[in-house]
Amino acid sequence: MPQYMLLLYAPESEEQEDRWAEMPLWRELTESLRKAGLLVANGPLHPATSATTVRVRGGETELTDGPFATTKEVLAGYYLLNCADVDEALRHAARMPTARYGSVEVRAIMNASEIPDVGRVHMNGQGAGGG
Amino acid sequence: MADVTTAAAVRVFRDERAAVLATLIRYVGDFQVAEDAVQDAFEAALAAWRRDGVPDNPAAWITVTARRRAIDRLRRDQSISDRAERLAALLRLNQQEHPPAAEASAIADDRLRLIFTCCHPALDTPAQVALTLRTLGGLTTGEIARAFLVAEPTMGKRIVRAKRKIADARIPYRVPSGEELPERVRGVLRVVYLIFNEGYSASEGDLLVRAELCDEAIRLGRVVCELMPGDAEAWGLLALMLLHDARRAARVDGNGSYVPLQEQDRSMWDWDRIREGFQALEHAVRSERPGQYLLQAAISALHIRAADGGAADWARIAELYEALGRLTPSPVVQVNHATAVGFAYGASAGLRLLDPLRSDPALERYQPLHATHAELLRRAGDLRGAAGAYERAIALSANGVERAELERRLQALTAG
Repeated sequence: MPQYMLLLYAPESEEQEDRWAEMPLWRELTESLRKAGLLVANGPLHPATSATTVRVRGGETELTDGPFATTKEVLAGYYLLNCADVDEALRHAARMPTARYGSVEVRAIMNASEIPDVGRVHMNGQGAGGG
Repeated sequence: MADVTTAAAVRVFRDERAAVLATLIRYVGDFQVAEDAVQDAFEAALAAWRRDGVPDNPAAWITVTARRRAIDRLRRDQSISDRAERLAALLRLNQQEHPPAAEASAIADDRLRLIFTCCHPALDTPAQVALTLRTLGGLTTGEIARAFLVAEPTMGKRIVRAKRKIADARIPYRVPSGEELPERVRGVLRVVYLIFNEGYSASEGDLLVRAELCDEAIRLGRVVCELMPGDAEAWGLLALMLLHDARRAARVDGNGSYVPLQEQDRSMWDWDRIREGFQALEHAVRSERPGQYLLQAAISALHIRAADGGAADWARIAELYEALGRLTPSPVVQVNHATAVGFAYGASAGLRLLDPLRSDPALERYQPLHATHAELLRRAGDLRGAAGAYERAIALSANGVERAELERRLQALTAG
């Protein structure tokens, strides 16, 4: 079966609360995709401010604190890696051929303990609402 | 009485905060929680010490209190990853009456980890500088903001964002290994150098805060040398900072005018710093391949030796600038090289080195280039050319002290 990647873009919000208010919807959606046997992987990313952009120019690795930010380059692919920390991720990012003529943005995926429980509580009907 | 206590607490914090914080971060795994716990301990110290007097070992008091506060915070804060394991480790540590003997070297390692984390290349340079001053130095957010001429909330946001990124991106808390190490050490030294430079040669701002930046950079430089005694560039940087800073007070006279090195009052030099600087230089010169900081320190040392009697060895200084230019090419170095060559081999030799710089449009507004050009033209006898170049330099100068000096030289030109 062909694979498709869905890339989710959202306005950067200062208020993380807004983001979690929709948690029940996300869970429902993820669950239905999983049940249908379609889901390979998914996950929320840490804010773009925590991104590091890697470029290799003239054999030297250049790091930029922040997300990839030019309009002339387009998203061309992805790797999802298990790494001990950002150093390991950056090292592999610098190995991508794209790093030599484009950019590789490195973002951490939130782990389960970093995602608030608001959604789950809400779904169970115990919470006061996620407003 | 209360003031004496406050002063004692402030002093202990200035000296011990970084070490206490560094160890706590390792246990807690989160900058913010560790920092909040240390802040709690400071406030607890103020209250308890006013009541009971300053304890015999204030540093130990703060270490223990900060650790207990961190335990409280970890119990409350559910969002920290590996919370249970971290809490268990802290509780174990807290139960030990006497910390293990290996703790002293572990504390040194923690400080080194903290330095490398604050200067991690995934953080942008202003964030590295701010975070280093905040966590390793004794400066408050307000002081750092004033030193860098930004609003306090802006600086606060910068620091919070940096800490957030360390947590979110999982910037590791460790001393980099093997092949990574040289590059990362260079990054750390660069941050210390930037802090020093901001204090030493900034174009405006509060003089007192600037002096604090120099002191802070020197303190950090000493720590880096102590932690990495085998690194020649660390010693070179320390020597460079000490030899420059020793002459800071003599650079400006009572009227706020700039005083050139040759005319400085040597009794205003800080001879303890100069001695320490020369000692650091001794460490650094054992290295086979001199780096940029060692070369700059050597140049500074030659200037000091010259002003301390006898003529400057301009040929040697020119040689050092040339080596520096090969290592780190920059207009600053090229302009200084031309000055030294001008003194060593005559003004026209210096002017020849300036020619390619003067035709570079990027340097059209580079004030030191025009000031040096003016000086060399004057010495070559082209007074009209010199006057024009001085005027250009004056128009570009953002620093009042420096501008006054340039105006004095321009007037001396027409008077003579």
